[in-house]
Amino acid sequence: MVSTNTELSYNSKIEGEVIVTRADAVVNWIRSNSMWPMPMGLACCAIELMASAASRFDIARFGAEVMRFSPRQSDVMIVAGTVTYKMATSLRRIYDQMASPKWVIAMGACASTGGMYRSYAVLQGVDRIVPVDIYISGCPPRPEALLDAVIKLQGKIRREPSARKLFTA
Amino acid sequence: MTAAELKSQFPGVTERPSLDHPAVNVAAADIPALLQHLRDAAGFNLLADVTAVDWSEKVSPRFTVVYHLYSTSQHAYLRVAADCPDNAKPSVPTVSHLWAGANWHEREAYDMFGITFDGHPDLRRILMWDGYPYFPLRKEFPLAGIETELPDPEVVAETGVKARPAPMAGGPFVASSGEMNLGVAEPRAKDESWNERRPKPEGSE
Ligand code: SF4
Repeated sequence: MVSTNTELSYNSKIEGEVIVTRADAVVNWIRSNSMWPMPMGLACCAIELMASAASRFDIARFGAEVMRFSPRQSDVMIVAGTVTYKMATSLRRIYDQMASPKWVIAMGACASTGGMYRSYAVLQGVDRIVPVDIYISGCPPRPEALLDAVIKLQGKIRREPSARKLFTA
Repeated sequence: MTAAELKSQFPGVTERPSLDHPAVNVAAADIPALLQHLRDAAGFNLLADVTAVDWSEKVSPRFTVVYHLYSTSQHAYLRVAADCPDNAKPSVPTVSHLWAGANWHEREAYDMFGITFDGHPDLRRILMWDGYPYFPLRKEFPLAGIETELPDPEVVAETGVKARPAPMAGGPFVASSGEMNLGVAEPRAKDESWNERRPKPEGSE
């Protein structure tokens, strides 16, 4: 970007060591740039989730590279794969163990709707047992689609009234 | 190894019509002895599969247990089938003492068909959860499933979730075989006129 105006952003000569902003903006900025995923890899979609974390797609560019296998340390559960009824209750327990604030991405046709498994064994969409923020279409979705979901979730987090929730809760 | 050779030792063995590999029928009670003979004397040292068939409620004998044996020295398969004598409580003797791998195969056959394997050391369900009341691969069980409580009371109290019949919406999904155009060959429901929100039209198949 070419601009002759150099006074637009933070200027230490004018503002000293003070930055003026909104609490929401700061909190959401922090939250949205370090979403540690809980990799709920349940079927083939998990392979694409792994690819997203590797060097070619590099989910680290969005601050979401720290896959946490402990629900206590994760912020966003990425449900990648087919959720069977047998797994569904465990999935809900893991979700309950995640500390707030927490979000859920339903990755792929299976997690979003049960996909092609219209059968006695498969939960017909993970939104029947946990609240879902972002759905990704595809069987499996490309890693770019997962990155798009991460970006969309960042956008959603940046619009949240986090400060009000923090100070009124 | 032919049925005739086996017959001298096991008079109950008969030849079973088969389109591919040699196959024999045997009485359920003779399974462990016959399979041990095949493993130790005939070289069929690998148990490739244990599965079962439900021929439907109207047929008797209703259940058949099927063993696929493979000989790693002769590179030959042999199929052994045994009808379960009792249609209401189907059961056959276990072979898990002959092949450790039979353990899980038999658990799966029990889980899906409700066939018990006498002498099995740990006959629990393997795919469905403990306490699931049905045997899903039996002919009378609908593919979409039957409403069932899930086994975790805490989660159920919190979410109200249940195992519900899946919306079939014209399914089951069928692929058009031999079709080279992937857009057409992709598995799809044959009748998409109804779904979860729009009920199935009266009188349709
Ligand atoms: S959506 Fe497709 S790729 Fe993903 S888990 Fe389901 S079947 Fe596998």
